[in-house]
Amino acid sequence: MELYKLTAHELKDKLTTKEVSAVEVAEAIYTRIDAVEDKVQAFISLTKENALAQARRVDEKLKANEELPALAGIPGALKDNICVEGTKTTCGSQILANFVPPYNATVTEKLNAQQTVLVGKANMDEFAMGSSTENSSFKVSRNPWDTDTVPGGSSGGSAAAVAAGQAVWALGSDTGGSIRLPAAYCGVVGLKPTYGRVSRYGLVAYASSLDQIGPITRDVTDCALVMNAIAGYDHRDSTSINAPVPDYTQALVPDIRGMKIGLPKEYFVAGMDPDVEKAVYAAIEQLKALGAEYKEVSMPHTEYALATYYMVATAEASSNLARYVGVGFGQREKGEDLISMATQTRTQGFGAEVRRRIMLGNYALSSGYYDAYYLKALKVRTLIKRDFDKAFEDVDVLVAPIAPTTAFKIGEKINDPLAMYLQDVCTVPVNLAGVPAISLPCGFKGHMPIGLQIIGKPLGESDVLKAAYTFEQNNDYYKRLAPLGGA
Amino acid sequence: MKITRKDVETVAFLSRLAMDEAEMDKFTGQLNAILEYVDMLNKVDTEGVEPTDHILNLKNVMRADEAKPSLARELALKNAPEQEDGYFKVPKILEG
Repeated sequence: MELYKLTAHELKDKLTTKEVSAVEVAEAIYTRIDAVEDKVQAFISLTKENALAQARRVDEKLKANEELPALAGIPGALKDNICVEGTKTTCGSQILANFVPPYNATVTEKLNAQQTVLVGKANMDEFAMGSSTENSSFKVSRNPWDTDTVPGGSSGGSAAAVAAGQAVWALGSDTGGSIRLPAAYCGVVGLKPTYGRVSRYGLVAYASSLDQIGPITRDVTDCALVMNAIAGYDHRDSTSINAPVPDYTQALVPDIRGMKIGLPKEYFVAGMDPDVEKAVYAAIEQLKALGAEYKEVSMPHTEYALATYYMVATAEASSNLARYVGVGFGQREKGEDLISMATQTRTQGFGAEVRRRIMLGNYALSSGYYDAYYLKALKVRTLIKRDFDKAFEDVDVLVAPIAPTTAFKIGEKINDPLAMYLQDVCTVPVNLAGVPAISLPCGFKGHMPIGLQIIGKPLGESDVLKAAYTFEQNNDYYKRLAPLGGA
Repeated sequence: MKITRKDVETVAFLSRLAMDEAEMDKFTGQLNAILEYVDMLNKVDTEGVEPTDHILNLKNVMRADEAKPSLARELALKNAPEQEDGYFKVPKILEG
C-alpha cells in the first residue's frame, strides 16, 4: 500500500505501531507531489524543509514511546489565506505575493500543538472570491478526476491536494461554499462548521460575518479528527463561540435510526443536472432505508439566498479590502500622493473578480443605494435564517445537493460572473444562516464525483458527522481515488 | 440600466481603482447583469423584518482593560513597503 493513499487515522495506526516513521510518511507525500503537481497545480508554496524537521521531531517522540495527539506526524496543507508565521501567505493575490506573516493563525497554533506536518500552502481564488480557483493570481488548479475541469473554489487547491494524495488533510475556508463546493467536485469530504465554532484569527478576511475555516479530508473520520484539533473559543476572535467542544469522533457511529432528516425541496433548482438530482434522491432513499425518519420541508426564501449573499459578502469585502493601500503591508505602487499611490497599488494588485466585488460592495453601501441593496439584503437574510430555524423545529439535519452540476470545464464560466455565482446557489444559504454543513461524495456522473450536502443545527456538527459517517460507511465512494485524468 | 457608466466611474473612485475605457464598459455590463439579478430581492416583503447583520447577534465584546503582550514594533514593520525611524512611510500628505 502506498502511503499517500492512506487516511490520517490509518497513518496514525502505522506510526503508533512503528510500521512507518513520520519522515517516511512526509517523504511519501513529497514524492507524490513531485509526481503529480505538474498536472494538479494545487500548491502556491511548499514548506518541505520545515515539514521534514517537524517529522523528525515527531519520530523522536515516537521512539521515546510518547503518547501523541491524533494528527501528530500527519501531513496536511493550509489554504493560503491562513497565516503561518514566517511562511509566505498570499491569499492567492499579487497584492500579498510577498507577505510573510509575523504571527500564526489560531488554527495554525492548534495544528502545531497537534504536531502535524505542514506540507505547503494551497492555491485558492484570489481573496477566496470564486468557485473554480481560476481567479488565483498565480495558477489554475485542476481537478484530479479530470484535469480539464476545475476543482471548484475557492479552496480548490486544498481539495485537489487531498484528492490527489498530495496532502492527507487540508484546511479551507468557506464564505459561500468555498469548502463544500471543491470537496464535492473533487470527491472528498469538506465541512463548514457553525459560524464561530472555529477561530478566524489569522484568516485573511473576505466577508467577516460569513467566513469560517474548516477541514477537507478523504473520509468523515478524518474530518472529525481535524475538527477536534481546530474547534474552540478564542479570545482573539470576538465572534468565536464560547461553548464546550465535544469529541467529534464520538459521532462516528454508523447508525442513523431515529434521526430526523429533512429534504428542502427548494434546493432542487431549475437547471439542476438530472443525474445530480437522482444521486441526491438515491442518497435520501438509502438514509431512509437505514432507519432515518424523513420529512419534506419548505424553505421558501432559498431562491433569494444567492442575491442576498452577493450583497452581504461584497459589502463586507469592500470594507475588509480597504486596508490594501500599500502602507502597512503588501504590494505598493508609486504615486505622487496617497490617493494615487493607493489607486495604483489596488489597480495593479487586485485581479478582475476582486475588483468587481469591491465595486459591487461599495455600490451597495453607497449613499442612495444602501437601503435598496444592502439593508434589503440584511432583512432577507433574517427571513432565510428563519427558514432554517423553522425547519430545525421538525428535523435534525437537512439533506440537499451541493451544486447543480458536477465540475465544469476550465474556462467555461470565467467570462460570465453570474453563471459562476450560480454554482453556489445550494451552499450560500448555509453561510447566511451560520449553520454547519458537510459535503461528501454520493455518486458519480460518468467519472466525475457528485456531492451530497448534510446541514445541521447551530453547533450540530455531531449530528452532521453521524449522518455523513452512516452514509459513507454504507457506500464505497470514499475508497475511490482520483485517477488524475490519465496519469 | 441599474448602474450607469457614470455610477461605475464614481464607485471606481471611491474604491480607489483605476480603469481604462474598455474595462469601464465591461464592468458596467457585468455589474448591471448582477444587479438585475439582485433585483429579485424587491419581490420579498420585508415589512417589519429586522435586519441580520450578524448571525450571533453579538453586541460589543469587551475584555478586562489589562495590558497584554502585542506584536513587537520591528515585527509589525517587517512587511511595510517603506519605513523610516520605526514608522510606516507614505508620500507627503500636507503642503508646506
